[in-house]
Amino acid sequence: MENLTTLAVPGRLQLGVGRRWIAPAAFVVLGLVDILVFGRYAHHGDATFAFSQPFAKVTVPNLKLPAATTCYVLGAASIALGALRVVDVGKVVRRVSIGLVLAFFVIALLCWAYAGSLNTFNVINQFQGTLSDSIPLILGALAGCLCERSGVINIAIEGQLLLGAFAGAIFASAFGVLWLGLIAGSLAGGLVGLLLGVFAITYLVDQIILGVVLNVFVSGLTGYLYDKLLVPYANTLNSPSTYLPIKIPLLGDIPIIGPVFFDSTLFLYITYILIAAVQVGLFSTAWGLRVRAVGEHPAAADTVGISVRLTRYRNVILAGLVAGIGGAFLTIGSVGSFGKDMSSGKGYIALAAMIFGRWTPLGGVGAALLFGFTFELQSILSTVNVPIPSYFLLMVPYVATIIAVAGLVGQVKPPAADGQPYITS
Amino acid sequence: MSEQAPAPAPAPVPQDDRSSGDSRPPFSRVVLDAVLEGNSVVVTILAIFTAIVLGGLLIAFTNTTVLHAWGNLFSNPGNAIAQAWDAASGAYVAIFEGAIFNPHTVSALFQQKSMSVALHDGALSAVFNPLSETCVQATPLILAGLSVAVAFRAGLFNIGAESQFIGGAILATWLGYGVSLPPVIHVIVCVLGAFVGGAVLGWIVGVLKARTGAHEVIVTIMLNYIMAYLLAYLLSKPSLLEELGANGNLISPNIASNAHLPLLAGTHLRINAGFLLALACAAGVWWLMSRSTLGFEFRTVGANPNAARSAGMSVPRTWIMVMLIAGGLAGLSASTVIQGTDFSLNFQSYGTYGIDAITVALLGRARPGGVVLAALLYGALHAGAPLMQASTGVPVDIVQVIQALIVMFVAAPPLVRAIYRLRAVRAGGTGQVLSKGWRT
Repeated sequence: MENLTTLAVPGRLQLGVGRRWIAPAAFVVLGLVDILVFGRYAHHGDATFAFSQPFAKVTVPNLKLPAATTCYVLGAASIALGALRVVDVGKVVRRVSIGLVLAFFVIALLCWAYAGSLNTFNVINQFQGTLSDSIPLILGALAGCLCERSGVINIAIEGQLLLGAFAGAIFASAFGVLWLGLIAGSLAGGLVGLLLGVFAITYLVDQIILGVVLNVFVSGLTGYLYDKLLVPYANTLNSPSTYLPIKIPLLGDIPIIGPVFFDSTLFLYITYILIAAVQVGLFSTAWGLRVRAVGEHPAAADTVGISVRLTRYRNVILAGLVAGIGGAFLTIGSVGSFGKDMSSGKGYIALAAMIFGRWTPLGGVGAALLFGFTFELQSILSTVNVPIPSYFLLMVPYVATIIAVAGLVGQVKPPAADGQPYITS
Repeated sequence: MSEQAPAPAPAPVPQDDRSSGDSRPPFSRVVLDAVLEGNSVVVTILAIFTAIVLGGLLIAFTNTTVLHAWGNLFSNPGNAIAQAWDAASGAYVAIFEGAIFNPHTVSALFQQKSMSVALHDGALSAVFNPLSETCVQATPLILAGLSVAVAFRAGLFNIGAESQFIGGAILATWLGYGVSLPPVIHVIVCVLGAFVGGAVLGWIVGVLKARTGAHEVIVTIMLNYIMAYLLAYLLSKPSLLEELGANGNLISPNIASNAHLPLLAGTHLRINAGFLLALACAAGVWWLMSRSTLGFEFRTVGANPNAARSAGMSVPRTWIMVMLIAGGLAGLSASTVIQGTDFSLNFQSYGTYGIDAITVALLGRARPGGVVLAALLYGALHAGAPLMQASTGVPVDIVQVIQALIVMFVAAPPLVRAIYRLRAVRAGGTGQVLSKGWRT
């Protein structure tokens, strides 16, 4: 089957030869943009970067960079890294170099945007925003991993987020108890997971179609109930309070790191725990081994006595519970009240993050953070009147995903039995 | 044995039922078998019925009057049930009146002084307005549904009708107001432009899949967002597509009247040549898929890519062609919206056509005739929904719920059979559309 698949794609082999040159070429192009666009067109003066928030216990001095010069240096460094890539370098250097070039590009962009401006770019705010923008994406990507590692495609992440947000808002608002909203949101996600399981595992419905249809269903249902119940009874049903940031003692006071990682709502800490749990669970426990066996070769797993259906059901529901927490974050973790279709495609981005991360929890988290970073950057830049349209920044995650699945950053391989129902005759 | 069973029966007939010499079973037997075994038509009808019942329950039990009546269930059970029935049936009757036929318009017609007055004042048109609206709503759904259906038959899942719609809409709008051409030619140029705009987007998907193996589902989902942002960008620049003086309203100028699709039934009704275009495309797709060599290749690749390859067909080339045609059809659906009803492009013109197209194609079982029927059904729901919301206060979103429920049941025939205790099909399947996960 593998051979046949390769035969089907004659272009892939030719591309493999060219692929060696794609990364160096991209580095050089980005470096040239740093120099020729950002460096040349930067206003005179310095760009100021702030590393602490007002009223912090320990303040870190602001960093003033001469804008144009910085752009030239970073551009030159990017081109140098591109040249280095042509020579065969180690795996570590290869991975680090991509990150460095992208970081240089972002810094050059910021230097250009903030050059000579009275505004300062607050690095802490950027990273804080990145983390909170990423929470639903990370939890969605983890849900995707849990589901797809057991061999069930989960396009319904979007629906799980949306129903989780809906249930979270209603329960937290109606009972006035926040943790009830959190639990209800999680259970609502699990309910969508259960539906996915029943139709995909028991009734063998095509899982991609099913996921899309479930998303439509949840969108319609929540939209209907929103108009019918939440609008007329907004005071009782749709005005929950929200989780307040909890500062972890000691850790929260560390300059730079503290406010970013240890001064946030409960959701971020739950996310930390879930990342660790999913990563360790899938790759270091007997349970994880069984799940992955079911996802890669269900017949073999069945032979050694693992129940394929039970494993898949458990994972699909578990995934729903995780995504539901991400959904609850959208309401009671940030804005409070529920709005129609408020997940606005975050589930699909989480799916993309999981694929970008090659079906691994940590990879998915990394991709989700990257996407969260671009969203936050876009929202900050849109406040300072940068002449690049924010629409293009908003496109970045989607373009990056297409590049990823097109194999330009290496082969992306799903679990072998992903999407195939297990039928015993 | 079973080869003796005649074609009209969906399943072989038990041997003991056959009279000697004549292998054709009585017609009543065929019908009974079809119903009991739940062939695809029966399953589809039952799926629609189930979805409408569930939708009705949802309408009834989110209605405060009904809930109040059910609070007094034990003291007055008749009232509780009657209230629930009234709430649900009231909503469906309103949809019917908005989509098919409204008796009030007929009584208004008979109050007119003469036929010529009725014609002039549009009272006659008002009688046919619901049907016209159903066709208007169905038109883009037919074309976008065909787009998804063609891809399905070739084993591809096109979630990108939305991006292809936007691609077509951008080109059709730009040609609509940016160039000036004589009447008929302008229409044709815009329609072709819409086809090309959609086809380019489809082609990108096909090429990426053929060249790099990128899964079309991911690529199309991503392209939907990319195109939506591109559209917003184009509409935010007066030098590109924004109307002068729109002040950030993200709306394009109106297209020239030469580029409008001609109306079919007078100025009072919105039904236009787009509907005929959609029907013609359905016929064209039917011919393409069942009568042409290309369509044969599409279906072979869809049924079994390995077999197609062994038979000497180029699978990658087929993928590219399929996506090109699918994209073009979705682009045409944009043309019917821009040139038929809206006449300008805004950043929400693409609506939910991309998702609706999937439900239409699934309900229509990826057959052109089925797609037309499914699109007319959903078109009717869309056409009737505003009247329902206005007269009964039931939010229009109920239509989306019913739409999704229908498709969920259509996609799971075993579930429908289990609900209605139908026998399992003995031979063959129900001709179900199946894709095979992330791998091709």
